[in-house]
Amino acid sequence: MRFIFKTSYAQDIHIVKHAGQTFWYSLLLLSLAVCPLVVSEFWMAQINIILIYSLVGFGTMILLGYTGQLSFGHAAFFGLGAFVQAFFTNLGWPFLAALTLSIAVNAILGALIALPALRVKGIFLGVATLALGLIVEEVFLKWESFTKGTSGLAVKSAEILGVVFNTQVSFFYLVLGIVICATWLTLNLLRSSTGRAFIAIRDSEISAQSMGIHVGRYKIIAFMLSAGFTGVGGAMYAHYLRFISPENFNLFLSLDFVLMVIIGGLASIHGIFFGAIFIIMMPPLIANLKDLLPAFMANAAGLQNVIYGVILICFVLFEPMGLYGRWVKIRTYFQVFPFYRDGMFKRQKSFQKSDRLK
Amino acid sequence: MTQVLLNVQNITRRFGGLVAVDNVSFDVVQGEVLTIIGPNGAGKSTLFNVISRIYPQSSGQLFFEGVDLGETPPHKIANLGIARTFQNIELFEHATVLQNLLIGHHSLNRTSVWSNLLFLKSTRTEELASRTRIEEVIDFLGLQKYRDSYVSGLPYGIRKVVELGRALSMKPKLLLLDEPSSGLNPEETEDMAFWIKDLVNDLGITILMVEHDMSLVSRVSTRVVAMNQGQVIAIGTSAQVQSHPEVIKAYIGAEDEDAHD
Repeated sequence: MRFIFKTSYAQDIHIVKHAGQTFWYSLLLLSLAVCPLVVSEFWMAQINIILIYSLVGFGTMILLGYTGQLSFGHAAFFGLGAFVQAFFTNLGWPFLAALTLSIAVNAILGALIALPALRVKGIFLGVATLALGLIVEEVFLKWESFTKGTSGLAVKSAEILGVVFNTQVSFFYLVLGIVICATWLTLNLLRSSTGRAFIAIRDSEISAQSMGIHVGRYKIIAFMLSAGFTGVGGAMYAHYLRFISPENFNLFLSLDFVLMVIIGGLASIHGIFFGAIFIIMMPPLIANLKDLLPAFMANAAGLQNVIYGVILICFVLFEPMGLYGRWVKIRTYFQVFPFYRDGMFKRQKSFQKSDRLK
Repeated sequence: MTQVLLNVQNITRRFGGLVAVDNVSFDVVQGEVLTIIGPNGAGKSTLFNVISRIYPQSSGQLFFEGVDLGETPPHKIANLGIARTFQNIELFEHATVLQNLLIGHHSLNRTSVWSNLLFLKSTRTEELASRTRIEEVIDFLGLQKYRDSYVSGLPYGIRKVVELGRALSMKPKLLLLDEPSSGLNPEETEDMAFWIKDLVNDLGITILMVEHDMSLVSRVSTRVVAMNQGQVIAIGTSAQVQSHPEVIKAYIGAEDEDAHD
C-alpha cells in the first residue's frame, strides 16, 4: 500500500501525485503514441470517436459532475461547434481560427443558457435545457444558408500550417493533442479556486454563498466552459465525419452525453474516458449480442435503448460512482490485499441538511 | 475601546403573516461574545439569516463597521469579514477537509478564471499562500489527521470542527456561530468553549452566536440577548439575563395567578 508523505505545499498542487502515476501515465501516453503502428484503420476510427466524445465529456463533467447542473441540451453545443467549424473552414478560415470562433460562439450560447440555471435547479433545469436542445436542432434544420439543412454540409479536412489531417492516423494525433490540452486545462481548473467554487455550488449553494462565492457568476462560467469544451468536440466531430447534417445532433445525443458521465463516474476525470469508451463500444457489442438472441428480440426496434436503460438503472442502484468507482474498488482490493472489507466504500449516512433555508 | 462592530437597528422579518423577528435592535461590540438565547421559534436563526443576507429584512437596518448590509449582496458579506456556521452543518460533502477550508478562503482569492485555467504563476503563488494560511487554522483546531479525508466519511463532531475551521479560513472579523455545541458530546463541547475563548482572546475575533447549552453560554459570553416570539426581552450579562423574570416566563411559563384561588 502506498502512503504519500507530503513535505511541501507544492506537492499538494502537483498534477501527478506520486511516482507510480508518472510511470503509468507515461506508459499510457507512449502506447497511445505508437498505437497507430499496430492498430487497424477501423479501430483507429473507433479510438478517434472515443477521443471526440471525451472532449464533450469534459464539458458535461464540468457542468454535471463538478457544478451539479443538469443539461439535456448539450447536443446543441456539440452541433453548433460542428456547424461553425464546418462553415468557416469551408470559407477558407484556418483550422485554429475557426476552432477559436466555435469555442467563442459556444461560450456565448452557454452563457445565455445559464440564465435559466440561475432560477431553476435539478430536473427543472434539465427540462429547460432540453427545450434549448430542441430549439437549436430546429434552427439547424431551417437555417439553410448556414447549415444546408437536411441536405447536409460537406466539411474540409483540418489543416494546420500546410499539414492536412485527412487520414485516421494523422487525425488521431491532432485530436489526441487537443484531448491532452483539455485534460490539462480541466485539471488546472480543479486545483484552483474556480474549480473549488464549482464543487461548493454543487454541494451546498447556501453555504457557497456565505463563503463569498457569487453563485450566479460561477454557474455562468461553468456553462460557458462546458459549452466551450463541447464545442471543440463538435468541431472535431465535423472534421471526423467530413459530412454533417442537423440529424446528427438530436436529443438522443444529449442523452448519450449525460449517460456517458454518469456511467463513467461523476466528478472524476477518469470517468470521462471510461464513459466515452463505454458509449462508443456498446453499440457494436449489442450488435454482436443480437446474433445470440431469439429473432423476435434481436429485430425489435429500440433494443439498444432498452439495454442502455437497464445498464443505467443498474449503475444508479449498485455503483453510483460509475465505472471509475468500480475501478477504484478493484484497485484498492489489490493494494490492500488481503485486507479488503465489504464495507470499505460504504457511504456514511449523511446528516440532515438545513433544507428549511430556501 | 468599545467600538461597535455590528449595529442591528429595528430589524423586522415577516414570512407572510408571521412575524419571525419583530423590531429587534442591539449592538455587537468589538471583541465580545454576544449570545442570543431563546426558546424554539424565538426567531434566533431567522435573525442570523437576515444578518448573513440569506433573507432580506422586511424593515430596519443593519450596519457592519458603518457599511449598510441591506445594500450588500449575500456573496459580498464574506468580503466584509463576516463568516458563519450553520445549525445543521452545511459542509461540501464530497470534497476533502482541505478543499472545504480552501473554499472558506475563497473570498480572499484574487486570481481570474483565465489564470486558473492556465495555472499561471499568480495562481500557483496564491495556492501556496492560501495553504500556508489554512495550515494555521488546521493547526489551531487540530485537524491535521483529517486534512485529506472526505467530509462525507467524517463523524458529526469532526464535521462541526471543520465547519468552524472553514469559517475561520476567511479571516473573519465577526463570526456568526449557529448553535456551535448542538450534537456534540460534553467533551467536544468543552473543546468548543476553549476555542471560542481563544478566538476572542488570541485572534481578536468578535463572536455572535445562538446557543442553547446554558453552561456554555455562561462560560463564554460577555453579554446575552434573550429573545422570545421574535422580540428581544432582555440584554445583559449571562447571570442578569438568566434571572430576568421575562426570560424565566418565556422558558418555563408564568405562574398562573387564578390557579391559586
